[in-house]
Amino acid sequence: MITLVKSKLKTFIGGIHPGEDGKLLTKDRKEALAPLPKIVYLLMSQHIGAPCKPIVKKGDYVTKGQLVGESQGFISANVHASISGKVTDIVPWPHPVTGVKSPSVIIERTDEDSWTEGTNVETDIDLISSDEIKQRIQSAGVVGLGGATFPTHVKLTLPKDRPIDTVVMNGAECEPYLTCDYRLMLDRSREIIQGLKLIMKCIGCKKAHIGIEANKEDIYTLFKDILSNEPDIKVDLMEVKYPQGAEHQLIKALLNREFKPTQLPLEVGAIVINVGTAFVVYEAVKFKRPLIQRIVTVTGNGVENPQNFLVRLGTPIKHLLEEARVVSNIDKIIFGGPMMGIAQGNLDTAVTIKGTGGILAFKGTQQWNSHACIRCGRCIDSCPYGLNPSILSIQSEAKEFNLALENNVMECKECGCCTYICPAKRPIVHLIKFAKAEIAKQKAQKATPAERK
Amino acid sequence: MLNQVQDKSILIASASPHIRDTDSIPRIMWAVVLSLVPAGIASIFTFGYYCLYVILLSIVSAIFTEALILGVRKISVISTLKDGSAVVTGILLAYTLPPGVSWYIPVIGSFFAIVIVKHAFGGLGNNIWNPALAARAFLQTAYPAALNSDWRVLQHGIGNLFHNITEIDPEGNMVDAVTRATPLAKEAGAEAYHFTQLLIGSVPGCIGETSTIALLLGGAYLIYKRYINWYVPAYYIATVFIMVLILPPQTKTPWANNPFYHILAGGLILGAFFMATDMVTSPLTKSGLIIFAVGTGVLTVLIRFYSGYPEGVCYSLLLMNTATPLIDRFTKPRLYGARIKKA
Repeated sequence: MITLVKSKLKTFIGGIHPGEDGKLLTKDRKEALAPLPKIVYLLMSQHIGAPCKPIVKKGDYVTKGQLVGESQGFISANVHASISGKVTDIVPWPHPVTGVKSPSVIIERTDEDSWTEGTNVETDIDLISSDEIKQRIQSAGVVGLGGATFPTHVKLTLPKDRPIDTVVMNGAECEPYLTCDYRLMLDRSREIIQGLKLIMKCIGCKKAHIGIEANKEDIYTLFKDILSNEPDIKVDLMEVKYPQGAEHQLIKALLNREFKPTQLPLEVGAIVINVGTAFVVYEAVKFKRPLIQRIVTVTGNGVENPQNFLVRLGTPIKHLLEEARVVSNIDKIIFGGPMMGIAQGNLDTAVTIKGTGGILAFKGTQQWNSHACIRCGRCIDSCPYGLNPSILSIQSEAKEFNLALENNVMECKECGCCTYICPAKRPIVHLIKFAKAEIAKQKAQKATPAERK
Repeated sequence: MLNQVQDKSILIASASPHIRDTDSIPRIMWAVVLSLVPAGIASIFTFGYYCLYVILLSIVSAIFTEALILGVRKISVISTLKDGSAVVTGILLAYTLPPGVSWYIPVIGSFFAIVIVKHAFGGLGNNIWNPALAARAFLQTAYPAALNSDWRVLQHGIGNLFHNITEIDPEGNMVDAVTRATPLAKEAGAEAYHFTQLLIGSVPGCIGETSTIALLLGGAYLIYKRYINWYVPAYYIATVFIMVLILPPQTKTPWANNPFYHILAGGLILGAFFMATDMVTSPLTKSGLIIFAVGTGVLTVLIRFYSGYPEGVCYSLLLMNTATPLIDRFTKPRLYGARIKKA
């Protein structure tokens, strides 16, 4: 009956309602400039794809916006100095999400904080060519800021046989607690629309569709206002439901098109960009500003002063947590949102990267004892990808990876709906991640040395 | 401040997601217990205080047996007992027993339900059959006399509030057990009861099955809390309705061909709302559950019409429990986006 009332809102089948209380902590916190850190650690691998090659040496002086890591290979994105200062060292540093170590340029800040030459210049973009747009996006090191960190210029390089008819812009921000996109949309709405138009121009796409979750009606009205003379850019309110902002669910809700979990939106003639990405695209094209900062929501019951910080990349999260007045009895630090974020084991090495939308600090974290599956079927109802999480978790536990493979375990996007909803508190996503890793390992072992490369 | 955190190395590095829904197995089980209370109260009104004794005895022996077996299996006794599943089994078993049953029947039944049906297969979640139903079937086979001769209702119970209750045992003599066991009894001479009687529950039958209103109240609560689906009882009951309608009439007792009578009399409502909806022993997906519900409905009417038993709910559910893995195999969820055509 409740769904009847909501029927006007666009959405998908499945998903969960984790509640919106977490967002209230920072919803009204306008972006605050975090005091500059003394030292930044610039990971050469802040994106999906090949790590960059450092082009500075120990002892070099760099200025803000200067290229320090050059992209390597097709799928890669440049890394720029986020502060001006001296390169004190270049050492392998663990990635806060994957844990994989990549070279990291460590910069100690000097007092100066002005942009390096050739950046931060206002340009006329009325007659800019699509190649120039893409070139500027590429040189600014723009990646998808929704969390996947896929290099944007690669996304905009479309295969010729796959025509795109719609650019979908994701303003859902469906992860609980995070409000960085909300603040950006509220405070930089015109720039975001400009960025979206630049992306449309870049790939020669005439139509765009923006999806906003219904808990951000103010943004919807704002966008509607700005776009009142733009019939080709549609704005729609979507049901407040997780994972409404994931590519598959967004495209299902807005365009009513379906594609397999492992397929890309290209498959159905769409590309998805995050509002944060649209904003940095605008900055990169209009002002030639490299991507060196982003908004990070620092929140949770473990901080006394939750904030939306404008953060320079490579800032140690300790610095941000102290700014947000972290309490001493925290027991969990999460990189990203509570549904898909990664819990950190080591506070000393964790630094912000391009994909960091939130840092959550929690105290008094509840631990759950897992029970045998009671076959309630809620995980199946909540899985947005049509999987059977219950059986996958059981097969993973029993190490029956071939059976799990038959049940499409590799199609799982690890969104966490099943685990959230499970009354037996089974660590389903954990078990699925384990099965996926084991299957990948077996595959690598089976491959002959020649195939292995 | 943060160094302190680091030194103690107390950061929990568990896998995502980091938040969970508030629902849990204990919450669900205790909600089921709560939803069964109205039917229990109705049974006391109908059959007398001895019912309460049977119900409590059944619950206590279920809890005791569960504690025993958990101890043997070296599983944390207290935390598992708190989940309430043994209490649910105890209540459900009691509800399927005759109101005047001997004291040892619920004790043996609970023991069988917990030890053999539940824990021998691995405990809650791994059992193939509904423990209460399987125990009831076991008792039916092992103690037929005890189950069939104890239908006499205690005259001195507050059940006499409903005067019609005396119909069951008019002379205080031993009456033909089967004819008095349930309004569904097939033998000539069995009487039809008014629908109001069937709704309130002032008819002969098992402890918890007679009061349709009390059972519907509990069922509605569980549906409202989303602990059971509306469609399993709905498809089950609808199937029974249609089956009774289309099958050739049962000549001896004209009322036995009335589909409404078949829904309200006997254990159908109890079975449809509280046993067919048992998560552990029913299929996982919606389509599977509908197949399960329809199959149970068909079997229930076939047993009621063409077998030696007047009642078919228990055996039909046990048969469909057995078929559940098979149903699951043929009703796997469809992978998202898999139906799109290849361009």
